This record gives sequence, structure tokens and C-alpha cells, in this order.
Amino acid sequence: MTNNINNYKTVGKNVRKVDGIGLASGGHLFVADLADEDSLVAGILTSPHAHARIKKIDISKAKKLDGVHSVLYHGNVNRVPHTTAGQGYPEPSPYDTVMFDNKVRYVGDRVAAVAAETPAILKKALDLIDVEYEVLKPVFDPEEALAPGAPIIHDEEDAKVIIPVEYDKTRNLAAHVDTKVGDTEKAFEQADLVVEDRYTTHYANHCAIEPHISHAKLDPHGRLVITTSTQVPFHVRRIVSQVCEIPIKQIRVIKPRIGGGFGGKQEILLEDVCAMLALRTEKPVLLEYTRKDEFISSRTRHPAICDTKLGFDASGKLSAISLKVILNTGAYGSHALTVGSNSGSKVLPMYPCNDIDFTLDSPYTNLPVGGAYRGYGATQAVFGLECLMDEAAEKLGLSPIEIREKNHIRSGGTSPIFKALGEGTEGVEMKIGSCGLDRCIKMGAEEIKWEEKQNKQASKPWCKHGLGMAILMQGSSIPHVDMGAATLKLNDDGSFNLLMGATDLGTGSDTVLSQIAAEELGVAVEQIIPLSSDTDVTPFDVGAYASSTTYLSGMAVKKTAALAKYQVLEAAAEMLDCKLEELDIKNSVITGGPSELTLEDVGRHTLYADNQHQIIASASHVTEKSPPPFAAHFVEVEVDTQTGKVDLLSYVAAVDCGTAIHPKLAEGQTEGALVNGISFALTEEYIFNDKGKMLNPDFGNYKICSTQDIPKIKTILVPTFEDTGPYGAKSVSEISINGALPAISNAIYNATGVRIKEGPFTPEKILKALNSQANNK
Amino acid sequence: MIKVSLTVNGKKHEKETAPDTSLLDFLRSIGVKSVKKGCGKGECGACGVIMDGVYCKSCIVLAIQANGTEIKTVESLGNAQNPHPLQTSFVDEGAVQCGYCIPSMLLAAKNMLDKNPEPDEKEIRKSLDGNLCRCTGYVKQIAAVKKAAKIMRENKNDQ
Repeated sequence: MTNNINNYKTVGKNVRKVDGIGLASGGHLFVADLADEDSLVAGILTSPHAHARIKKIDISKAKKLDGVHSVLYHGNVNRVPHTTAGQGYPEPSPYDTVMFDNKVRYVGDRVAAVAAETPAILKKALDLIDVEYEVLKPVFDPEEALAPGAPIIHDEEDAKVIIPVEYDKTRNLAAHVDTKVGDTEKAFEQADLVVEDRYTTHYANHCAIEPHISHAKLDPHGRLVITTSTQVPFHVRRIVSQVCEIPIKQIRVIKPRIGGGFGGKQEILLEDVCAMLALRTEKPVLLEYTRKDEFISSRTRHPAICDTKLGFDASGKLSAISLKVILNTGAYGSHALTVGSNSGSKVLPMYPCNDIDFTLDSPYTNLPVGGAYRGYGATQAVFGLECLMDEAAEKLGLSPIEIREKNHIRSGGTSPIFKALGEGTEGVEMKIGSCGLDRCIKMGAEEIKWEEKQNKQASKPWCKHGLGMAILMQGSSIPHVDMGAATLKLNDDGSFNLLMGATDLGTGSDTVLSQIAAEELGVAVEQIIPLSSDTDVTPFDVGAYASSTTYLSGMAVKKTAALAKYQVLEAAAEMLDCKLEELDIKNSVITGGPSELTLEDVGRHTLYADNQHQIIASASHVTEKSPPPFAAHFVEVEVDTQTGKVDLLSYVAAVDCGTAIHPKLAEGQTEGALVNGISFALTEEYIFNDKGKMLNPDFGNYKICSTQDIPKIKTILVPTFEDTGPYGAKSVSEISINGALPAISNAIYNATGVRIKEGPFTPEKILKALNSQANNK
Repeated sequence: MIKVSLTVNGKKHEKETAPDTSLLDFLRSIGVKSVKKGCGKGECGACGVIMDGVYCKSCIVLAIQANGTEIKTVESLGNAQNPHPLQTSFVDEGAVQCGYCIPSMLLAAKNMLDKNPEPDEKEIRKSLDGNLCRCTGYVKQIAAVKKAAKIMRENKNDQ
């Protein structure tokens, strides 16, 4: 394999995104566009209470209403404990959810569902369902939830875990991890400097502009066809089969274009109910969330309390890390163990040392449910770590860059955490192959003019100027767990169908994977016709999560393409009466033989002439490691000391994602992630009343960045070559969401001398900190 | 039920609908599905249309308010066979990720460029301010509008 990207014909080039023009011209490509016109519309009645038992529920009036076709509630569907987390089987998340329960555990929890002929009838029917609740004492504080005497949220008998991990519902403990390497107690005793503090991160919503939506119907043969906005079509099929108690073979799941996911659609939230309604009514059913439902009833970023402690010797070399995470999983334990574990495994190896403690407690509370969200635990933990690195640097007389250069992991390095901490199991020992962190730091610092701007004055006398940075890592797939597969078949015009389980959720993976196939086959990308995520048609793939698609599914595509190419050359050698080894494919032409053939010749010959057969290949891929992408983020701010408002002047992200298969899409992943990170750090916030109800479930009151809110942004792709990835690629999609919290907090400190340890960094919070700083002087 | 009659991209449509039907739901019910629903409150901007020359969010306009108007949606710009420079620039600059917000954003950009063919970055940002996108971080979209504006000016000069 060559690692000179200039030799590639398609990889590393900004080819036209395969679905771009169709999307930009308003093609009918999304679930709502594809739903049958005569679909029933479905809706879900949700709980107004944070914690209550359903004493009585009367659906008779709703059922009698003209135009209502089905009402589901706990009295008429079977109780099947499962997890809504769309993870591989056996899932590391607890089976603590049933389709409808006789208990509700947060404001927004499912109570009943209705399928009706029109939205107006649906609304009336939902209003006609009488529910009598016995309101129970709720618990909202994650530390209180763990204390003796706290209300028990999952007191049902059948909640369980299906893998051997710690789970104690009698203590509201959805997940627990305790990992020790070396002897941190001794290491902290011997350290010349110890810094420690508590940093907390807040609730956030994915805010995909297309809300969750599913359509289900029975085909003429009685099979269930689910068209759904999901990141995990094969997990949807498995979990719907489990919950609706019908065989997998009876279900087809189709993922059309989907309007963003960010982890929120790695969750089976609507498909089971939609499927059950279609089974009961034998009619097509469309079930979609409103924006309000998205905020209240879907999934969120788990809020976290991270107590971090670092030990250094006098030279600034890190000797020990302790990280204690309390991850509020809300009412259900979706991803509670794995997001929490990633708070360790995707953060701690950045600074290798021999003495490390990591503990995780994920308590249940009566608040919205956590789930997968881009960054997946790293976002929460890297905040405190990167702020404490700055605090230590100051105390040691080092610059933020110097302390990181002294300690960060490098190519050939390893961390005991890789082996100690997996996803519900032990991890996998791993040596870092590619690592461009040194260059990321150097190039990022140059771009933002780190040295030059150190003592820059703010634009107004009452404002203060500051610079901040953070370094980051993530992973690429879950080793020995995730699997992706692909199929390629040659057509009679020399084009190839690329069928893959991998799920393009808007990232452009259909394009990136087509590029990989084209490169390996020696054809232009236009010769590849990608089709992803139809469980009847494409091979399996775990889906789009864990930063796996380019690295894992990309390798499956590359292997498949190599096999298909071999079959092409075999047929061509027969046609040309020469040796296969002499032949190659260049731009759809078979070269190296006594005469030239085109792929069209081979396609037509094999389908219609001699030795007729279909050239078709499939391959699967499982990864041995999860090579981290790395990044260095830099931000320049001005803090208005009169209002507490932080203005971002510029933001630089230097990212090592190995080879960028499609540089513009890789930049787009970086920019999208970092802007999401910025609005998480500055404005996004769940505001609850004292009953656990979210008060701001709309974009008017939950602010995500718009075009006028973003600073000047510069993305620098820092190429490295990851030997285990397709054409040297690693992942890129998640990492850059993690930088804004620590980098901006560090910049605020640099500007003002106050450290904000809790997101979001609202003007109120900053002003309060500035005032208390002034009072202490 | 009330009768609503309007023109969409030059084609006349007439249909009975409930008086509280939004223009967004009405358009989708007559098969114009490039207009997307993201919030239903005029906050995300996925449902934008141009109504009698004014860019507006169709989820907070009643269908009956649009009675007798001329509506333009993204199909009025171009299609896969014959795309508008805005559409090709968006795709080629990497401004289209999931694409859900894009049809409406293109209309917002088109509406601005019709009035201001040579916008500066600030004006571009302002014109797209009502169109939320969670995928791209907006960098590529701002670049795409700049590029499209240039192409559109050149095309005009060539004519």
C-alpha cells in the first residue's frame, strides 16, 4: 500500500458528493417524503410527572372516536424488557425499558400511543385517554440518587443487564466501573504538584433538523417494512423483532436520506411503536416527533460531574491521573455504561502515565434520558482534564503548549487504559500508529498567532482579550465488536453497484465509501452506484456510530473491491488468454495484456457470452484496534467585563484524521462538530422547573448557533497515515465537538483570571464569577 | 373546510383544506415535499418558500393567507439535470451534508442575491441567519453563496 496520497486517483480528492444535487434540488428523499399518502398518523401520550405509577388508564373514549384505529398502552402490549440503545448484541446497556409501562420515570416518558386518520382526530384521541397517576417522590440530583434512602426509579422486577457488568437498580445504579492501574495514592504522595477540581457538563440535545420519524406498513406478503430515520438499521430490525415479538425475517428496514443524527438516531425511539401500530391496524402508519418531543422525550447528552486529579513532577511530567465520573443517565440506562467508559478510554490515554484511577457511577434520575451523542463521554471528561492541564502549567511556569508537548502521547506510545477499559468488557491493548498531535499543535498555534497575540489588548477598555487551547483524541470504531460488510457487483456497462450496510446519516459516507471502492477498483467514482442500509438488500453493518464508518466500513469496502477486481481480472485473463498477474485496471480499462479491454467488455462478456457468471464480491471487516484521531483546538476571545458576554473572535481546529478521503467533507465534519461544541459551551442548556419539567423545548429558547453566531473558523487537516485504515484513514466526525468547552474556558481564564468550571458559559455565570473575583480582592 | 388556490413554481393548485392548515402542511399535501418541517414554530427555517417575492417560513403562514399568491420553492431554481449555480456551488463547496435544511437555505440565498448580487460576508451571514443547520457549521455554506454569487454575476455579464 502506498502512503503517498498524490498517487491516488480518487482518494484525497473533493469529488462531487453522490447525493448532493438530489438533496439540493429538493428530491423526495426523506422518510416523510416517502410515506404512503393514506398513512395513519400516530402520536404518543407522554407523562406530565417525573415519577409516578399509573393507577388507572381508560382508553375506551379514545378508542370509540371515529377515525381512531388503534390505542396502545401497557394493558394491551406484551412486556418485553429491552434497551432503546442501538448497540450490537449483547447490548452493554441495561434492559430497563418496555414499550409501555405501568410506571413513568420522567416528564416525557411514554404512556400510550394512538394511530388515527388525521392529525386532528389524533390530538383529540390523545386528549381522551384518562390516566390516573399516583405521584411518587422524584430524585433529580445524581449524587442524591445514589445516596441511601433515595426513591428507587427502577423498582420493577424484570430490569436487568445481559452481560456481566455491575448493575444495581436497588441503588439507582445503571452502571459502575472501577479501573485501577498502578498505585495512584503513592504517585500523588510523591508528586511535586497536584491539581484537582470538579468540572461539570450539562444536558444538551442533538437538534438534528429532521426530528425522529418512522413509517411502517405491511407489504402485500405480510412482511413489515419500516422506513425510518436511523443510524442503525440492522439494530432497528433486531430490536423491533425483539419488542414486537415477530421474527427478524418478517422485517425489512430501509434507511432513506436522513436529516442528521449526531448519535440521537442510534436509538430505537419510534420504530417499535410504529411497527406495533402497523401490525395491529394492518395499515401504513407514520409516527414523528415534534421539536418539543425531541427535546423532552428523545435522548440527550448525559450530564456529568467529573472530579479530576493530576500529579506532576517538578519538570512538568505527568505522573498520575485520577478521574471520577458521575454520569447522570436520566430515567433509563441507555449508553450509561459505554458513554461513561469512554470518558476514560477516549481521554486518559492522551497523557500516558503508569498510575491511573478511573471510576464511573451512572445513576438513574427522574430527568430526560442520556444517550449516544457525538463525542460520547470524551466531551464530558476532556473539559476538566484540559483546564487542569492549563492550571498545572501556570503553577509549573510552563506555557499551555509546553506542558502538553511534554506529556502528550506520540506514535509508538501506548497507555495501560487501552487494555484496562473497554465497552463493558476489557479493552484492547493498542500501540499508537499514526499521531500528528505535534504538528496539530504547531500549525494550530501558528494559524491563530498564539505567540504574537499573547498580550494583545481588547478592542474596548472594558473588554479583556484571551487565548485558550485544548488537545483532543477520540477513537475509530470499537475493536473486536463492530463489524461492517459490503458487496460489489459488476454491471454490463462496466459500472458497479456498491451495496453496504454502512449508514450515511448526512456525513457523506456514501461518497467516501464510493471513493474507496473506485480507488481500489481503478475506476472513476462515477462508475460506483452506492446503495446503503436496506436490510433486505445490503449486507450487515453495525451502523453509523463510534466514529467507525470510514475506518471500519471503509476497510470492508476496500477488501470487497479487491475481491471484485480479482474476479474482473480473472475473467479478463480468460478473455485475453494471458496471465492474471500481468493485468491491472486503470480508469476502467484492463491494461497490461496483449490487447486492451474495457470494464464494459468484461461486464458484457461475463453476463452474456462465454463462461457466463455474475462478478460479485462481498467482504466483512472487524477492527483489531481503534486508532485515535487527534486534534488541537485554539480559540481567541474577548470577554466583556460589564456584561459577562464572551465574544469568540477566531477558532482554529487542526485535526489529524489520517488520510482525509474527501478533504472538504472532512473539513465539514470538523466545522459542524466544532460549531456544535461552541453552542454547547456558550448557550445550549436545559432549564428545568422543580418538578423536572424542561421549560425551554424550542429553538427560540434553546439556542443553537446560527450564521451570525459563529467566529472566524479555520480548519487545518494535518495528514498522517494510519496503516490499519483504508488508504491511511482514521475517523473525523466526533472529535472536534470536544474542544470548545475546555479551549473557551481556558481562554476566559487567560482573559480575566476567572475559571468557569461549569457549562454553559453564559454571561450571567461569567459576570457572577467576575464579581466574586472582584469581591475577593 | 375552505378552498385554497395558489400557484407553485408556475403551476396552479386548488384544494379544500381545514382553515388552520399551515402553508407548509398544505404544500406537502399537494406533493410539494422539498419544503421541510423542523420545528413548526418558524424557528429552524427548514420550511422557507418565496411567496410573491418575499422569503417566508411556510410553517407560520396559514394556507388561506397564501390564497391567490405565487409560491416558489427550490424546484424553481433547477434540478439534477439542470442545476442552478447556487445548487452546484453548495454541493461542490461541501455545504450539503444531510441536506434537510438546504432547499430552504438555497431560497434564502437566492432571495438575497436577487436584491444584492455582490454581498459581503456579513450580508451573506445575515441572509442565512434564519436557517439553522446542525451539520455543517455554516463555513461551507457562506463560501458557497460567495462562489454562486460570482458565477451568477459572470453569467449575467455573459448574457
